[in-house]
Amino acid sequence: MSEQALLGLADDELVLGWRDSEWTGIAPMLEEDVAFSSIAQNEIGHARAVYSLLSDDPDALAFDRPAEEYRCSPLVELHLLEWGHTIARRWLYEVADEIRITALKDDSHQAVAGLAAKIDREEAYHRMHAEMWHDRLREEPRFRKAVEELWPYALGVLPSELRGELVARVGLSEVEAIERGTHTAELAPLWEEMTMVRRSAPAGAQW
Amino acid sequence: MPALPVPERTPVWEVFRKEKRGAAFEHAGSVVAPDADFAEAWAREQYGRRGESVALWLVPRDAIRDVEDWADEFDLKYRRVDGYSIKARLKEARERAGTAGPR
Amino acid sequence: MRKLTIVRKAVLVAAVGIPHDEQAFLEYVQAGGQVETADWMPEDYRRKLIKFIEMHGNSELMGVLPEREWILRAPTLQRKLALTAKVQDEVGHAQLIYRVVEDLGKPREQCLADLVDGKAKFHNVFHYPTKTWGDVGVIAWLVDAAAIISQKALLKCSYAPYARIMKKICWEESFHILHGRDVILAMVTGTPQQFELVQEALDRWWGPLMQFHGNPISKDEDPMYLWRIKSQGNEEARQQFLEGYVPQIRELGLTVPDPKLRKRDDGVWEYTEPDWDELKHVVTGHGPKTEERLAFRRRFLEQERWVRDAVLAA
Repeated sequence: MSEQALLGLADDELVLGWRDSEWTGIAPMLEEDVAFSSIAQNEIGHARAVYSLLSDDPDALAFDRPAEEYRCSPLVELHLLEWGHTIARRWLYEVADEIRITALKDDSHQAVAGLAAKIDREEAYHRMHAEMWHDRLREEPRFRKAVEELWPYALGVLPSELRGELVARVGLSEVEAIERGTHTAELAPLWEEMTMVRRSAPAGAQW
Repeated sequence: MPALPVPERTPVWEVFRKEKRGAAFEHAGSVVAPDADFAEAWAREQYGRRGESVALWLVPRDAIRDVEDWADEFDLKYRRVDGYSIKARLKEARERAGTAGPR
Repeated sequence: MRKLTIVRKAVLVAAVGIPHDEQAFLEYVQAGGQVETADWMPEDYRRKLIKFIEMHGNSELMGVLPEREWILRAPTLQRKLALTAKVQDEVGHAQLIYRVVEDLGKPREQCLADLVDGKAKFHNVFHYPTKTWGDVGVIAWLVDAAAIISQKALLKCSYAPYARIMKKICWEESFHILHGRDVILAMVTGTPQQFELVQEALDRWWGPLMQFHGNPISKDEDPMYLWRIKSQGNEEARQQFLEGYVPQIRELGLTVPDPKLRKRDDGVWEYTEPDWDELKHVVTGHGPKTEERLAFRRRFLEQERWVRDAVLAA
C-alpha cells in the first residue's frame, strides 16, 4: 500500500475514533457506552500505530496538518450524533475495513503486513459488536434508511478495485461513491475543535 | 424465592471472572442484556478492558439456584473442627506417658 | 426523624436471621455486620441507602459531561486515550452503581428519569463549568482524589453489594489520579502560560473542592454514619484531603487560594469556612451548569429511547 493510502487508513481511524469517542457518556445504555468507548479508543490506537510507521512523531502527523491535508474518507467526517446512523456507519465501516485490512496483510512491506495482522485481531471484536447490532436493528426502518443514506460514503472508503467485495457483503447495489479526496463541510469544525488546545501553545510544547 | 430481584423486561446476567490462570471464578457483578451475545460484548469491556480477567462466565440470573439456609438443631459438633477437644486430651495423654514438658 | 442511639457495646448477631427489629439491626451494623440484598432491613435504612447510592451513580454519570468536551480537544493521542479511558470508567462506575440500586428496588430507568427531571441530586463539583485544559488536570487529580477518600471509606459500608463494587471503583480511580497528576506536571513544567492555566483552574476549583465532602455534621448526628452506610465523618474526609494534597499542590509552586489555610501544631488543618449556602444552592439544582447538563442528558435519553425499546425487550 502506498504511503498516501496508509495515511488515508490512519486518518480514517483517527477521525472515526474521534467521532465515536463523542458517544462516551451518552450512548443509549450504560453497558454499550463502556463497550463503544473501547472501540473508539482502539481506533485511535490503530491510527497511532500507523502514524508511527510513517513518522517519528505520530502526534505531529495526527494534529499538526491543516485540515485539507487529511486523507480521510468523507464517511468518517460526518457528524452523526444519532444512534441509528452511528451504528449504521460502524457496521458499514467494519465491513469495508475488513476488506482493506485483509489486503494489507499481504503487503510487501513486513512492517505494514505485521501491523495489519495485529489490527485485524483487534478488529475481530469490533466486527462481532457491529454484527450484533446489525442483527438487532436490521428490521428497524430508521436503521435501514441510515444504511442506505451512508452507502455511497461507505463505497468511498475503499479503492474501486475492492468495492465489488463490499457490494457483495452489504447486499446493496453499487451506486456512485462519494470519493476520498475532497472533504465534507464537517471536517473543518471537527479539526478546529480537535486542535484548539494543541494550537494554544507553541509547536513542540509538552502536554 | 430468588434471592435477587429479576427486572421486568431484560435479563440480568451474573458475571464471574477469573483473575489469572489457576484462580477460581469469582462473582464480579452483573450486566443487563437481552441475550448472551450482548451480555458477552458488554461484560468483556466492563470486566476486562484493563486486562484484569483471563476468563468470564456469564450466567442468566434466573438460572442460579440460591441456597442460604441450613438446619442445625441437634448440635452435631463432630462434623466441625471445633467439636473436638484435642488440646485437653493430648495434655492428659502426655502426662500419663511421662512425655509432657518442654519440647 | 427518630434520633438513633449509638451503641457502645459490641453486640454480634448471627448473620443468619437478622432479627426484624430496627434496634437490633442498628446494633448489628454498628458491630460491623454486613447486609445483603435479600436480608430484612429497616425501611429507613433501605430508603437512605437507595438515596445515597443513587446520588453516587448520578454523580458518576453527570461527572462525564464536564470532561467529555475535552476528550475531543485533547492535545496528544496519549492524552486523548487516557482521558477517554477515564471518562469510560466513570460510565462503568455508574453501571455498577445503578445495578446495586436496581437490586434494592429502584429500576435504572426510574433513576435516570428522576435525574433528568431534577428530582435527584448529584455532587456539587459536577455543576460547575470547565474552561481550559487546566481544568482537565485539576479535576482528574484533585476532584478524583477527594472522591477516592470517600470511596475508600465506603469499602466498609454495611451494605455488602455496595462495598464490593467499591473495590473495582477504587482500583480504577487510582489510574485517574495518576493521569491527572501527569497532566498537571506536564503543564507546570511547560510554558509560563501553561503554568498559569493550572493555577487559574485551581483558583476556580478550590471552593467546590472544599465543599465536596459536605458540611461538618458530627458523625453522631449523621444517620448515614449511624447506619454505617458511611464509615467516615465529613470533616474527617476533608482533613484527609488537605493533609494528603496541600503539600503536593504547594511543592509544585502552585498557590492554594485560601489565605487562612494552615496546619495547626496539633495536625488539624484550619481554613476559611466554605460557603455552605452555596453548596446547598448548587446541589438542589441551581449550579451554573446544572440546567444545561440535565437538558443535554434528557435530550439523548429521549432521542435514544427507541434503541432501548428495540434492544432491551428480550
